[in-house]
Amino acid sequence: MGGLLEVKDLTVQRGGIAVLSGVGFTLDAGAALILRGANGSGKTTLLRTVAGLQPPMAGTVRVAPDAIAYAAHADGVKAVLTVAENLRFWAGVYGSVAIEDALAAFDLGGLAERPAQALSAGQKRRLGLARLIVTGRPVWVLDEPTVSLDRAAVGLFASAVQAHLAAGGAALIATHIDLGIDAAELDVTPCRAIATTAQGVFDEAFR
Amino acid sequence: MSIWEYANPLKFMGWTAPLVPVLWVLSGIALTVGLIWGFFLTPDDYRMGATVKIIYIHVPSAMMAINAWVMMLVTSLIWLIRRHHVSALAAKAAAPVGMIMTVVALISGAIWGQPMWGTWWAWDPRLTSFLILFLFYLGYMAMWAAIDDPDTAADLTSVLCLVGSVFAVLSRYAVNFWNQGLHQGASLSLDSEENVHDVFWLPLLVVLAGFVLLFLALVLVRTRTEIRARRLHAIALRERMG
Amino acid sequence: MIRLLIRDLALAVRAGGGFGLGLAFFLIVIVLVPFGVGPETVLLARIAPGILWIGALLACLLSLDRIFQLDFEDGSLDLLATAPIPMEGVVAVKALAHWLTTGLPLVMAAPFLGVMLNLPGPGYAWLVLSLVLGTPALSMIGAFGAALTVGLKRGGLLLSLLVLPLYVPTLIYGTEVARRGAEGLAVATPLALLAGITLAAVALLPFAAAAALRVNLR
Repeated sequence: MGGLLEVKDLTVQRGGIAVLSGVGFTLDAGAALILRGANGSGKTTLLRTVAGLQPPMAGTVRVAPDAIAYAAHADGVKAVLTVAENLRFWAGVYGSVAIEDALAAFDLGGLAERPAQALSAGQKRRLGLARLIVTGRPVWVLDEPTVSLDRAAVGLFASAVQAHLAAGGAALIATHIDLGIDAAELDVTPCRAIATTAQGVFDEAFR
Repeated sequence: MSIWEYANPLKFMGWTAPLVPVLWVLSGIALTVGLIWGFFLTPDDYRMGATVKIIYIHVPSAMMAINAWVMMLVTSLIWLIRRHHVSALAAKAAAPVGMIMTVVALISGAIWGQPMWGTWWAWDPRLTSFLILFLFYLGYMAMWAAIDDPDTAADLTSVLCLVGSVFAVLSRYAVNFWNQGLHQGASLSLDSEENVHDVFWLPLLVVLAGFVLLFLALVLVRTRTEIRARRLHAIALRERMG
Repeated sequence: MIRLLIRDLALAVRAGGGFGLGLAFFLIVIVLVPFGVGPETVLLARIAPGILWIGALLACLLSLDRIFQLDFEDGSLDLLATAPIPMEGVVAVKALAHWLTTGLPLVMAAPFLGVMLNLPGPGYAWLVLSLVLGTPALSMIGAFGAALTVGLKRGGLLLSLLVLPLYVPTLIYGTEVARRGAEGLAVATPLALLAGITLAAVALLPFAAAAALRVNLR
């Protein structure tokens, strides 16, 4: 019996060319994994593949259906809606109702009725992350979640992740900073696909 | 060995290389023989005079305009189902050829229509349908041109081709409903009373064979070019990614 | 999914949502026509059904690229793709929202603009009916085009090029209903065909559009 998320021998592609290959890890309930690697090393592509937004070139991602909550650089925050409306929308989509916990976790209570266009970049980011809590999904897949957050907000985020892990969730996070979470680390640099090898059936054809 | 082996780009390049010159020569012979026969060795029509001879351009190009779209539909389906890259590239290669055939059919029709109906253009259902087909070709080619990633382009154009085919058929019926038209009936149906006379028919078949061969030659050449371009694209991408 | 519909409607009617632009455009097109063809009421009455249909079609086209573009740019579409809503449902709901914010106002405005074009008396009911039946197809076909072009930088122009030929059957049957209605002829056949096209578009195009969106997101 594996964990919540099992990635085996995964090759991910961008524009038909393999970027990372042979990526493998397992995430158990209560565990977090931090992805490391330079800009452009393929972390985003890997996360999008894990989240099911793009098909893997080879290998498998095993995860229960509807288990992943994905968050990327773009928060999907609608500027003309208020903070509470933005969150309530996602809560409705995911079939939950309460947004108070999410507001509290990211200290957005005082901003709830403010339109999102009046938020600073960091506040917007917090709103984007608060969405994760209302999804109620066990596996968080996060791409650079701390961009534009100040130190206090990073602290809020770290405690939100820890609370999520304590509740039996799991998190896969690509980040460059130290979150202060007890988590394993995976450097994707060695997984970089070697350009000259045959990369799956498609690309071989156009060697 | 499965038939799909031939769809591997390397194999495809291999077996098409000797085929292309053969197709050029055969289509050249068929077109020369058919057109000379049709233009100079058939009598003038009792009703339409010498203008009838434009059917040797008009009918084959109109048929190839439709056949090219059908071929694109089939190759798009093969790409969506079996993910053979050559299939998607063949669809891409066929589009401009089909579009030119459509234009030739429209222009030759206009030239024929002027003496026959006294007008270069009429909103006749067949003419209108071909004009719409031309617009579909334009949209399809613009879609290919607008997308950088080749696989994304292949997927999206294939979906467009499927939906476009359905709408092309719907438009055909809608246009028929909208205006009954001047155009004569089918020239080449097998059992029709209104079929053209045998004297015209035989050279027409030869020209038609020539157009089919010409189409195949053009599409093969273009597909081979697309495969080479695709290979270049892959190499360039790989260089960039180190 | 109802949540998504409510959100899209809210986004459309709030500041910057572009609600009403299509309506204003429709009005301007109809106002321009008499300048182009002259003020003779007989001529205007004859071409009124077709002009109203073409005006509605162009007004509809104007807002198509907003269906997915904004959600694509701010990342919402990625998040919706991983949400527990099927992509086909997202497409259908967004097309419905587009129809409610663009198509329906056009339908309601059409009779008033019909007066300006001297549309004959019996034509009004048939004009409204043909637009009610036809504009959902315009929104759905447009959503398909928008899904195809969502990832492109210069998608707007391409979108028009792709979508307008697909509008041909709807336009033909729609104007035919309105024209025959205005002339007091039988309308059953084009009406049935128009309804058929709309139903088929609503039933089938969400799948094609969802496939295109998935391709554009990866």
